[in-house]
Amino acid sequence: MVSPAHFVALAVVLFVIGAVGVLARRNALIIFMCVELMLNAVNLAFVAFARLHGNLNGQVIAFFVMVIAAAEVVVGLAILTSIFRARRSASVDDANLLKY
Amino acid sequence: MKPGMVLAVGMAQETQSLAFWVLAVVAVAAALGMVLARRAVHCAVLLAVVMLSLAVFYAMLGAPFLAFVQVIVYTGAVLMLFLFVVMIVGVSSADSLVETIRGQRVAAILVAIGMLVLLCLIIGNAVIGPSAPATSSYSGGNLLGLATLIFTTYVFPFEVTSALLITAALGAMVLAHRERTGPKPTQRELARQRVLSGRPAPLPGPGTYARHNAVDMPALLPDGSPSTLSVSPVIARRIELGTGEFPAPPSETLTSGEVVPSDSEGGHPSEDDEHEGARW
Repeated sequence: MVSPAHFVALAVVLFVIGAVGVLARRNALIIFMCVELMLNAVNLAFVAFARLHGNLNGQVIAFFVMVIAAAEVVVGLAILTSIFRARRSASVDDANLLKY
Repeated sequence: MKPGMVLAVGMAQETQSLAFWVLAVVAVAAALGMVLARRAVHCAVLLAVVMLSLAVFYAMLGAPFLAFVQVIVYTGAVLMLFLFVVMIVGVSSADSLVETIRGQRVAAILVAIGMLVLLCLIIGNAVIGPSAPATSSYSGGNLLGLATLIFTTYVFPFEVTSALLITAALGAMVLAHRERTGPKPTQRELARQRVLSGRPAPLPGPGTYARHNAVDMPALLPDGSPSTLSVSPVIARRIELGTGEFPAPPSETLTSGEVVPSDSEGGHPSEDDEHEGARW
């Protein structure tokens, strides 16, 4: 029998893997994908809690998270392409113009 | 229960737990592979695997609407956008493995272990009981229940979301817009440039008179020697990087007036060359 606790545990594992990716990778695209993975893990936890409590509020929140993630991806990828156009690189190390 | 809701909570418990364990392993393995893969394309494909298995999890948890939204919006739209940008930025682009900040990876792994322990302790302390009894809002009435909630309790966040989406679309257009630095060349100027370049005719197509007609096969000139001009510079570059074979062209095939593909010396950033991204 699979209980919501299983899903929450899986969500934790996926969230931590995404966090490792954000912390360790330096390609901005891959960092972005890892952020998406973290958002998805949180969504899974929301849906599992919605199932646990027997109402649909968690599913609505997960839906809003998806919408906001889509908006975030659109803007983020636009920034990424403009940075790539200016600096010919998508590595986060190369965007250092503001560095002291 | 409708036939389409088979995936939802009506699934037999043994099937559900088998599906959970198989897909959990798949999702975690794909997520790990995403963190470890060097190329951005591989990361995107592995992320698609994670998202599709999450869609099945949503269906198992009684959220059929979210399962389909996950497939359509995330795997369909967001990941395609990612792949699109990967293609713009360069397919062969691989992350360099040189650590610029010393000890960054070790620190990242330590932080991750700490976070995992913390979250596991929090979850272990919380009492997560068995799920509430399956009502119709987890199968057939899911869409109705969600719609009721969105348009009553959450109607203000919903409206704010629409404003956010419009702003994001505008922002993306503004950010991705490229300003033209010089005036647009007219057709007359283009024709003049072409005649002055010494090669008014189009470049030879690949594979002509060669043994194969693949795009990476240089055309043979009338004297039997291969012509470097017939292969697209992008493909020639890829072959140069060691993923294929390219017969070394004898230099006498280039007559004095011919334009040598300029990418062979490796990367001056011309404005329209979006394909070279191998350096990061």
